[in-house]
Amino acid sequence: MSGANNRLAVFPTRMTLSVMKQKLKGAQTGHSLLKRKSEALTKRFRDIVKKIDDAKRLMGKVMQVASFSLAEVTYITGDIGYQVQESVKNAQFRVRAKQENVSGVMLPVFESYQEGANANELTGLGRGGQQVQRCKETYIKAVETLVELASLQTAFVILDEVIKLTNRRVNAIEHIIIPRYENTIKHIISELDEQDREEFFRLKKVQGKKKEAAARDTLERESRQAAEGAHSNSPENAEAAVLSADPSLADPGDLLGGEDDDIIF
Amino acid sequence: MEGLFYNADDGYLEAIVRGYRSSILNNTSYINLTQCETLEDVKLQLQASDYGGILQNEPHMSTSMLAQKCTDKLVQEFEYIRAHAVAPLQHFLDYMTYAYMIDNVILLITGTLHERDTHELLERCHPLGVFDSMPALCVATNVAELYNSVLVETPLAPYFKDCLSAEDLDEMNIEIIRNTLYKAYLEDFYHFSQSFGGPTAEIMGELLQFEADRRSLNITINSFGTELTKDDRAKLFPNVGRLYPEGNLKLAKSDDIDQVKATCDVFLEYRQFFDGTSGAGTTKTLEDRFFEYEVHLNKKSFQQQFHYAIFYSFLKLKEQEIRNIVWISECISQGQKERINNYIPIF
Repeated sequence: MSGANNRLAVFPTRMTLSVMKQKLKGAQTGHSLLKRKSEALTKRFRDIVKKIDDAKRLMGKVMQVASFSLAEVTYITGDIGYQVQESVKNAQFRVRAKQENVSGVMLPVFESYQEGANANELTGLGRGGQQVQRCKETYIKAVETLVELASLQTAFVILDEVIKLTNRRVNAIEHIIIPRYENTIKHIISELDEQDREEFFRLKKVQGKKKEAAARDTLERESRQAAEGAHSNSPENAEAAVLSADPSLADPGDLLGGEDDDIIF
Repeated sequence: MEGLFYNADDGYLEAIVRGYRSSILNNTSYINLTQCETLEDVKLQLQASDYGGILQNEPHMSTSMLAQKCTDKLVQEFEYIRAHAVAPLQHFLDYMTYAYMIDNVILLITGTLHERDTHELLERCHPLGVFDSMPALCVATNVAELYNSVLVETPLAPYFKDCLSAEDLDEMNIEIIRNTLYKAYLEDFYHFSQSFGGPTAEIMGELLQFEADRRSLNITINSFGTELTKDDRAKLFPNVGRLYPEGNLKLAKSDDIDQVKATCDVFLEYRQFFDGTSGAGTTKTLEDRFFEYEVHLNKKSFQQQFHYAIFYSFLKLKEQEIRNIVWISECISQGQKERINNYIPIF
């Protein structure tokens, strides 16, 4: 997957190299952070799975007791379903949703609480009132268990998704992003080295060429001097001839006074 | 004297009821029922009894279906008796149905108060408490209308008229209305049964006195720790019964179960209700003891002849039997076998 060709399309410059190095460092930090997060979440996840298991078992028991207490009420009082439904005006048993932060993940937590007066406290006044109240209490317990289970289940689903997401990110950083940056950096370094070598070679070459040209010049001048020496043998004239041969040094003012031999370079 | 003409009018019906009585499940049947593992087994056991016929065409057993079918059968038997009854007995049987009517009317009032469609409530009414003008209750859309035009037409009108006004219906807790009506009904029924004299008055007196006392005790115990004030509580006690008057007065002032117990200690029969109810080891609740005593009284009424209480007792015993069957099948279907013996054996 992370082949040698896998790199970013950037120009191999020193600046890009430093940017890339920064990015690699960032990716490594991110990776370790995400890994820690994923571990924390997984730990929490395991806790929740255990709690769900307990809550489900408890729910089975509580529901059984509750439905049996309803059977008791039916035995003594008869059918009170409709009456109970109608006498309720406000919900006495309420659920409040809160948020809990687990390593950056918002988990909804449901909290049950009771509010207001007992609307059914007179139900079964003439017969079976105690059973009705008992039945109510067992059902409140049952609903409490259900609320707890609901909040655990929601947390379970959300955590599951988040853990998957985080793991995907961790893997992506570990196996794609980091190798890609590394490859890019390697590529840039090798390119830069290549450029360095080319530059060095070029400079050398230029130097060589210049030396060659100088050598040729001196050779030429010497042969000309030899020819002129045979002709007039005057150094005065020879110098003037050199000056007129090189137009870049044609400025007479300063250089005429100087007697520097290296003037050609 | 009453024995002389009793058979001319009511002899046939008394014979019928005694026949029905012998179909009531006995202890052996109950023991067999409690041994069942599934509801199908219950059905099999019931095949041998009087309930065999009604369960034959039911493919799926459920406790609610069982309760429904058994109640249907009871209603059928009761309707048969009522159809053949003549003057004084017919009136007596009508009185017995008033208790169910109160429940039905309360149900419909609840529906009207909350502006529900009352037609669907008609199906939920107890079949024994159905009366001709009951569908008319559904016509009323508000409480004042219900009170002025509809309730006065029902047989319960006198109870409403004496105890409640239209405003009360709107404001009072529906349970208090129900118990006020029931108190008026019990008093009325008591005086009516006393007007017969002879064994009817004697036996019905005992039964209704117990019923009244049971209500007083229940209301007292159930109102502990609720918003019901002591004055309101006292107003719900029926003015008949053995606890009336001084027992009721004491109950009205009671604050806890011990004071109720002290009130009942005076009466030999009631003393046993509170023996050991506070102990943790007993599985029998106060209600169970009440049921037991009621069954005992009702059984006793079959020992005498030429009286009307036998019809009342028959209805109550049958109701208890249905409760027992439903309880047993409920225990079986929910797998709570340890409580299965909490039923009240009848014979």
